[in-house]
Amino acid sequence: MSILINKNTRLVVQGITGNEGLFHTTQMLSYGTQVVAGVTPGKGGEWVLNKVPVFDSVKVAVDATGANTSIIFVPARFAADAMFEAADSGVSLIVCITEGVPVQDMMRVRSYLDQMNVRLVGPNCPGLLTPGESKVGIIPGNIAIPGNVGVVSRSGTLTYEVLYALMLKGMGVSTCVGIGGDPINGTNFIDALSMFEADPYTEKVILMGEIGGSDEEKAADFIAKNMTKPVVAFIAGQTAPPGKRMGHAGAIVEGGSGLAEDKVNALKTAGVKVAQHPEQLPDLLG
Amino acid sequence: MKLHEYQSKQIFSKYGVPIPKGRVASTAADARQIAEELGGRVVIKSQVLVGGRGKAGGIKLAKTPQEAEEIATQILSMEIKGLPVRKVLVDEAAAIGKEIYLGITNDRAARRPVMMASAAGGVEIEEVARLTPEKIIKVHIDPLLGLKDYQARNIAIGIDLPREHWKLFGQIAMGLWRAYVDCDATLAEINPLVITGDNRLVALDGKMVLDDNASFRHPDLNEMRDLDAEAPSEIEARKYGLSFIKLDGTIGCMVNGAGLAMTTMDIIKLFGGEPANFLDVGGGAGADKVAAAMRIILSDPNVDAVLFNIFGGITRCDEVARGVLAAMDEVKPKVPMVVRLVGTNAEEGRRILESANLITAETLADAARKAVAASKGMKEAGK
Repeated sequence: MSILINKNTRLVVQGITGNEGLFHTTQMLSYGTQVVAGVTPGKGGEWVLNKVPVFDSVKVAVDATGANTSIIFVPARFAADAMFEAADSGVSLIVCITEGVPVQDMMRVRSYLDQMNVRLVGPNCPGLLTPGESKVGIIPGNIAIPGNVGVVSRSGTLTYEVLYALMLKGMGVSTCVGIGGDPINGTNFIDALSMFEADPYTEKVILMGEIGGSDEEKAADFIAKNMTKPVVAFIAGQTAPPGKRMGHAGAIVEGGSGLAEDKVNALKTAGVKVAQHPEQLPDLLG
Repeated sequence: MKLHEYQSKQIFSKYGVPIPKGRVASTAADARQIAEELGGRVVIKSQVLVGGRGKAGGIKLAKTPQEAEEIATQILSMEIKGLPVRKVLVDEAAAIGKEIYLGITNDRAARRPVMMASAAGGVEIEEVARLTPEKIIKVHIDPLLGLKDYQARNIAIGIDLPREHWKLFGQIAMGLWRAYVDCDATLAEINPLVITGDNRLVALDGKMVLDDNASFRHPDLNEMRDLDAEAPSEIEARKYGLSFIKLDGTIGCMVNGAGLAMTTMDIIKLFGGEPANFLDVGGGAGADKVAAAMRIILSDPNVDAVLFNIFGGITRCDEVARGVLAAMDEVKPKVPMVVRLVGTNAEEGRRILESANLITAETLADAARKAVAASKGMKEAGK
């Protein structure tokens, strides 16, 4: 079983008629996700792939189809508006895949969402995968099998590496949560860890962090105080030089903080086994 | 993107922040001309995008236009921390009474902007922040509401600013906030904001860093980009939408995804090698992008081996493989290449590369080990 999404998730895709939106809608449908609606302003009334109705607004789509989750594939300049619209539509979960959202936009979005009963995952993330049940995002469906390992990560392809390494060892995943690589996001490590701790089907957890910010240190503190389930971790960016942004908007060592070494030490102090490279993670889980 | 002092101050000035009279010059003759117009003593300030300009001798006082020209000649021939000085700012010199720090930045942990101020402004502000953090007043700003007048007033009170300056300080704080929002800055800073000898408030120095993600909203600001502050290979990479950072090692890396790219660097180091770069080709990397990435990697003379690590998700391995072949045809690399393709269409990708003379690897660890060995082999052959 899972956190955040399962076979009952009813999904609306914002930006469904764009290149990315259409490609990944096809992928999600073939995985078995219930994609019940799409939204592209100006294209309401059309159909996508002969089975998904397109609406002009998220609110109308939600009212018509009972969608409870939204995924956003719109370009960065429209992403903040799309997140505000989703929040106002009544869905309880928003997953924003879009990369390159301005950070001040994200501060305003997060501040608004904090006043409402809605969870955001992302932006700049690969989304969610509950193997065998539902995929809300862009994680390849064929690299993970159902199981009891919860995975939470700031990265995309690095997460795929670990899912794949787990599958090669016959180890399955309850839910994989890609929280994204931006400095301001909707869901952080602690949010995901506490959901995994409460989920009866998750028995152990993999955490994949990277340089920048202090979310891993906070996660370490949370693990020490609140987690009964074992957690193993990997931190990317051990060799990253300070002051250089490593691709992700959030991956930067600034003013002596955000160092990989500090994160590794904090996690180890919290009793977390930390891998030297990601292919060691399945073995560390034991 | 960092802005120069003169650019930042011009922006602040538009928002009602008082700045000294002055202009930027790219020749010593211009500097003299500006000094003549200003009359009196001027300060000549190098415009380079690094800190510590004053300590490096890049900021000097001139009493006459003649002296301004001499100093400008000297500063314009300097390099500061590796960056050539191409422009100097010629400002009227102010009699400094007191130095204040005032800045706004993004507080990542609080997920909101924070305005910071200190009565102990000036070049030692970082020391102040480290040793006596209580001397820095911090006020978080609701990103939906913006800075409130009372918050600006509380900052003035917090740094013991004399009452007569509160009103102007409030205008300056509000101007700085509006500049920060309108320009999509991640940092907007006045250091120092001085109380002059004749009791005025003036922003003597200014600094702005802009959010590259928001550049689509600011075509005018993008023109201010100073390419001297970046390696030519990084500028070239940006043209192709590649995320590239040059490092000092010898093993070139081409990876899809930032987290995996960092991890690939880490694992090279773990097995005894040194990465030559960070390079994320991004999602959906087509053949032309891959070819550009390879050219950029191989343009570094230190590179003696290359590691391709592609985990196909959205990115298709066959497409990457075609890009690698095309690039090899064009660049004719003389260094060994290790390739690891996993995920979407990996088998087809591997088949495409069979004809090429490449070292293949299955796992990440295997790939790193082979790249390190290849690099060592090249070094030994070189001796």
